[in-house]
Amino acid sequence: MRFVFKTSYDADISLFKHRAQAVWYALLLLLVLGTPLYFVATGDAYLLGEITGMLILAIAGMGLMLLTGHTGLPSLGHATFMAFGCYLNINLLSAGVPWLIAFPLSGLIAGVLGTMIALPVLRLHGVYLALATLAMSMLTSDFVVIAEPWTGGIAGAAVPDINIFGMEINRYSTPFKFYYLVLFVAILLVWFYRNLLRSPTGRSFTAIRDSEISARAMGINLTRTKAMSFFLSATAAGLAGALFGHSAGYVTNETFDLVMSITLLLMIVIGGLGFIHGAFFGAIVVGIIPVAIANGRTFLATTFDVNINVPGLESALFAFILVCFILFEPMGLYGRWLKIRTYFELFPFYRKDMFKRQKSYLKTDRVQ
Amino acid sequence: MSLLEIKNVTLRFGGLVAVDNVSLKVEEGEVFALVGPNGAGKSTIFNLISRFYDPAEGRIRFDGNDLLKSTADQVPSFGVARTFQNIELFEQATVLQNLLVGRHRHRQTGMFSNIIFSPKTYREELRHRAAVEEVIDFLNLQPYRDKMIGGLPYGVRKVVELGRALASEPKLLLLDEPASGLSVEETQDMAFWIEDIQTQMGISVMMVEHDMGLVSAVSSRVMALSDGKELATGTAAEVQSHPAVIEAYLGTGDISKTGTSRA
Amino acid sequence: MDFFQLIISGLANGCVYGLIALGFVLIYKATEAVNFAQGDFMMLGAFVCIGFTNHEYMGLNFWLAVPLSILVMGFLGYLFNWGILRHMFGQSQTSIVILTIAMGFIIRFFAGATWSHEPTSLETPYAGQDIRSGGLVLGIDEVLIVVVTAILTLLFYLFFSRTRIGLAMQAASQNQLAAYYMGIPVKRIHSLVWGLSGMVAAVAGILFASKGAIDPSTGLLGIKAFAAAAIGGFGSLPGALLGGLIIGLVEPLASRYGPSGVSQIAPYAILLLILIFRPGGIFSQTQRKKV
Repeated sequence: MRFVFKTSYDADISLFKHRAQAVWYALLLLLVLGTPLYFVATGDAYLLGEITGMLILAIAGMGLMLLTGHTGLPSLGHATFMAFGCYLNINLLSAGVPWLIAFPLSGLIAGVLGTMIALPVLRLHGVYLALATLAMSMLTSDFVVIAEPWTGGIAGAAVPDINIFGMEINRYSTPFKFYYLVLFVAILLVWFYRNLLRSPTGRSFTAIRDSEISARAMGINLTRTKAMSFFLSATAAGLAGALFGHSAGYVTNETFDLVMSITLLLMIVIGGLGFIHGAFFGAIVVGIIPVAIANGRTFLATTFDVNINVPGLESALFAFILVCFILFEPMGLYGRWLKIRTYFELFPFYRKDMFKRQKSYLKTDRVQ
Repeated sequence: MSLLEIKNVTLRFGGLVAVDNVSLKVEEGEVFALVGPNGAGKSTIFNLISRFYDPAEGRIRFDGNDLLKSTADQVPSFGVARTFQNIELFEQATVLQNLLVGRHRHRQTGMFSNIIFSPKTYREELRHRAAVEEVIDFLNLQPYRDKMIGGLPYGVRKVVELGRALASEPKLLLLDEPASGLSVEETQDMAFWIEDIQTQMGISVMMVEHDMGLVSAVSSRVMALSDGKELATGTAAEVQSHPAVIEAYLGTGDISKTGTSRA
Repeated sequence: MDFFQLIISGLANGCVYGLIALGFVLIYKATEAVNFAQGDFMMLGAFVCIGFTNHEYMGLNFWLAVPLSILVMGFLGYLFNWGILRHMFGQSQTSIVILTIAMGFIIRFFAGATWSHEPTSLETPYAGQDIRSGGLVLGIDEVLIVVVTAILTLLFYLFFSRTRIGLAMQAASQNQLAAYYMGIPVKRIHSLVWGLSGMVAAVAGILFASKGAIDPSTGLLGIKAFAAAAIGGFGSLPGALLGGLIIGLVEPLASRYGPSGVSQIAPYAILLLILIFRPGGIFSQTQRKKV
């Protein structure tokens, strides 16, 4: 058992609970920094590209996690914000704006646009909000087609390369540089996110999630705070969209569709709603499934000479995993990891229902 | 000038008159209790002060400010804090985090400063942390500091709810049934705390309560309500012996008398 | 006359939307769960019937296949609640939403794998037949849709207002714990409601597939049914039907008389507008938490 003796307020405020935790994360950092070296040895950058894709998804996932996991506002339209960021990025780069300015700017403008769009529906809750964001995302898909001069409409648009002070970064020609760039953005956003959660702003977000009435009684302005959450969330999604565009090279009006929005939402639930790690765990699951299916198919083909090729298997498998998690482990992958870790930390005093959440049987309890 | 002035306030829910032309004043430094049978409109008055409801008529002034011009989230900035009858804590957070949210009205940093955790944010965090620690010491919440609300017993949650309101350093504390569901010992603790809040912290208290023992022990003045109307105002002893109050609680026992008779 | 054809066709579509919305509101009213897979239930019902009727599958008699499909879907709905949703008792609404979204994926995959990914039509004995009257040509399939919907609506109205089960369902939706204490078998009632909803979805699917082609992704028109349910305020059965009719009519009218592209986005725009301005729907039922 570990006892954490806190001798100053810093122990609560700082990013790491105790030195051991900091060490673990340092090791993780080394691991992710050193990952490309493994691929230098094997000479195959395909998997590195996949990992980069997972990181990009995780960034979008973090955006959605802030909104849904920490502020309690479900959104079925996050792919829309990704689209905003992507197209803004394309247009800014094409206009000659250097990448170092265009990239963050496209994220911020996506954030502003997202907030403006969300303003009318901020007072909605739960399902109503989900439906409203769903309607918005359907409308925006059409809007992308209409705004052809900027988006290339149905034909689509090519994404210019990244150019930082003369250094060209491209997913295919310089996969390592691209990986480190995406990694840097991801780590930066994680740092921002953690800072947010340990500050008054982050606490006001979770207050809204847990009890809007109390939050109001504590002086939290619901509309402004929700708008803030939307802004940050849409900005992160916008940045992810821009990176996604660079990764894909070419985007059309079908790239950021409803399926992607839904996938993002399902992804963060699998990962663990309410934890930053959840975005990463979820992204790993989404990234691994196609690989697993491909390997499974090869295995079946070579060992049993059975060829199974069913379209839609990836989504169905993903959905099936989600159903299993919701039924048996509502706290998601990270939640399960937390329970395992707590078990070992508290051994042998771990109690089975330590993480049990309160169920609400009264309708008035469920109404916010 | 009184700290809180409620004048001729009426609130209707459709055809039901929840609060009927009620006027009251809470002076600075006193503990003012609202008593009455269930459905008398006591918590409704709190919700009016907190601006969750809009009165059909009347005025509410706090510390010279017209509260009716404010929204619910602006009320704490004037120095009003409240607890809820059915405990509205943040279930998925620790006690410490709940108390820290109570400090929201003293917030001085914005979103961008928070994101990069600027030195200003850091200093503010330390300040809040220190203030919350005072509340934890006062209410003896040390063993529960890092525990999730979800796993805490009812009595402790009530105390955390009180702590969260105290954390905002209010001028007026609205306590909605602070002793409901508490054991005898816990109620005694509550009485001592209310007394300390009044005398040591200089915070005025307004409370809704059914436990007449607690009311008698700590209140400076009491107002009895029934059916949204004021029955009597005075000290606890005066109100308890007022004939209209006795009738409201116990009935007259005279079945020949027409009009309202309640058992 | 052309206008009248447009109206009838819009009404027929509207009835299908309305039926899906009906199933959706049924579940919501009784169990507070939001079934995002209702459209996919409809699609599944259609495919089940196709699987029974069409000659490339089982080739059964149409009039035998229809009740069979309805029963199968009812059973599946019941099973879905009994096997899966029951465990979510008392949990947050968002979890259930996500769960049903996931179920939608799984149902889509299952339909595609079991039957077909290509648009398929249901073979009906009355296919291609018309009613002609005074210059009007109405397809029997469209008329049948409207008639069946009207009958179903009446049945539901009677069910909820006159029977004890209907009353029990309403009680269970307000306060599950109290309903239990009153002796109402809440979980079984929930399963019954899901079964009913499955049956309604089957009817909607059969009607739809008899008129046009259906493929696994057709279930996504369930989103338009949400718009219909929103118009009715999510808590009103007649409202859901009315909403469906409105959406069904707006589409062809907008496509004919409105600027191009409007008819595609009209349902979603309507949904958004209602949620923003009248979230309680046209038949508003407001609720507030009492503190």
